Amino acid sequence: MTVIRHTAYMVLRQARNLMREPIWIVTMVIQPMIWLLLYGQLFKNVTRLGGFGTTSYVTFLAPAVVIMNGFFSATWSGMSMIGDLEHKVIERFLATPASRLSIVLSQIVRSALTAAIQGFLILLVALALGVRIHAGVLGWIVILVAGMLVNSSFAGFSQGVALLTRREATMIAVANAISLPLLFLSTTTIAKKQMPGWMQFASRFNPVEWGVRAARSVALPGTSWSTVAWSLLLLLAVTAVTSAWAARALRAYERTL
Amino acid sequence: MEAILVEELRKRYGDVQALDGVSFSVREGEVFGLLGPNGAGKSTTVRVLVTLTEPDTGAAFVAGHDVRTHRVEVRRALGYVPQDSGVDVFGTGRENLMLQGRVQGMGGADLRRRVDELLELVGIADAANRIVRGYSGGMRRRLDIALGLIHRPRVLFLDEPTTGLDPEARVEMWSEVQRLAHAESLTILLTTHYLEEADQLADRLAIVSQGKVVVEGTPAELKARLEGDAVQVELANGAVEPAQEILARHGARPEQVIEGKTLVARVENGGRALPGILAALDSAGIAVASVAVSRPTLDDVYLHFTGRDFAAEDRAA
Repeated sequence: MTVIRHTAYMVLRQARNLMREPIWIVTMVIQPMIWLLLYGQLFKNVTRLGGFGTTSYVTFLAPAVVIMNGFFSATWSGMSMIGDLEHKVIERFLATPASRLSIVLSQIVRSALTAAIQGFLILLVALALGVRIHAGVLGWIVILVAGMLVNSSFAGFSQGVALLTRREATMIAVANAISLPLLFLSTTTIAKKQMPGWMQFASRFNPVEWGVRAARSVALPGTSWSTVAWSLLLLLAVTAVTSAWAARALRAYERTL
Repeated sequence: MEAILVEELRKRYGDVQALDGVSFSVREGEVFGLLGPNGAGKSTTVRVLVTLTEPDTGAAFVAGHDVRTHRVEVRRALGYVPQDSGVDVFGTGRENLMLQGRVQGMGGADLRRRVDELLELVGIADAANRIVRGYSGGMRRRLDIALGLIHRPRVLFLDEPTTGLDPEARVEMWSEVQRLAHAESLTILLTTHYLEEADQLADRLAIVSQGKVVVEGTPAELKARLEGDAVQVELANGAVEPAQEILARHGARPEQVIEGKTLVARVENGGRALPGILAALDSAGIAVASVAVSRPTLDDVYLHFTGRDFAAEDRAA
């Protein structure tokens, strides 16, 4: 299919550009490492409060850091679209028979693939710290897929914002405005039992939480595969909705030309 | 058959009537110039023709396809070299070309051959595997053109092809465009706000001003419609009036007198009229210090048809 072929070609372009600046990938991995190494150490006694499902805080935290990293990097993923818009690369594609959908999909896929690579690195460091994913290899796969889907859910949103505003400053403001609230309205850093009731309630509607739920379920004993399946399906649905919105934003951009 | 047919295009952006009934046609195989100052509506016209913008009203056809209803066919038939490059500066020249070819539906050995051929044709083969960020302005422009040509289009749109190039690179680009038009048997529509560029490159041109085509024809035709060449006669002793009479008798319409001693007049064929004029002045005993005949320029044409000075309008925009 044309969409898939064109998306693949465009992902290849972006991936190649990214590989030429490996420093960028490294810096993107440093932040989650800080969470894993510093935050994980700082709060290692918090598991005594109970409800964590493990006594090792870093084991509790590691799968969620993969999700968090996917989420954070997604909120920034529109930056590369803004760069392409500024360089008129998008405009050049629009004057060709290139698939319109592939122009936005490729950005989302690139973002999700980057999240998967970073997630893998995070899990490797966690492994070195003694974290064992309870569900084994399948668990690793679920965590990475959950990270990718959380990423693509928000990357679609970020692409839409990029296409509608076409301003880096707006992009940064939006990323900052949503990242911490959605992080704290999830069980990324704390057991659900220790959250205030209203936050527990609010977290149910947070796609970041759906990702954390799936990832943690496979990381700790007592995996609920139905929870995993439902969470991933919900994230897939959100990805579809935000990607469709980004595609509409591209059409809106076309009309401004 | 017409390669491009444009009928009564209108397009409004807010308060600005960017296109106010643009019509013209381009024959297959010709280089056609849209000439006008900045803001005249040239780029908007091109953007409508390459399907980037929808007109409010009017119709346009590229290679026989309606730009409003058959966009994909139009996009396959045309190559577009936008004013602002549009190359991926973080990729190499070759990578840019390969991707452009792929989204145009090419692939395999055919695409690789075509990429090599174009890199040679536009003269950047040596830089093919270098990152575009390191290219000079002229090299980027060559890559832009190669990108527009990758799928062997029948019609090529060049929007301000030499804007931002230094004079030397500009002249080089002119011969390049002429060579390409021939080598690829292309129909080319180019926009420019350089009068000499239109004069050099275009087989025919349309002058665009304030969203309308003011006049259309070959550069020579347009100049001929100014009714003649300018003849300047500098008198040695300032006998202006008798000299003017003599000029008038030889079919030269007096236009102005500069500094009380130089007569400027229009005559259909300056070269042919001049010997007679000089002989008559000589036999009347009027001494001549110098003479000059100049062919009309597109500057004169623009002034004539729009009533406005080209350079002043271009600066104002």
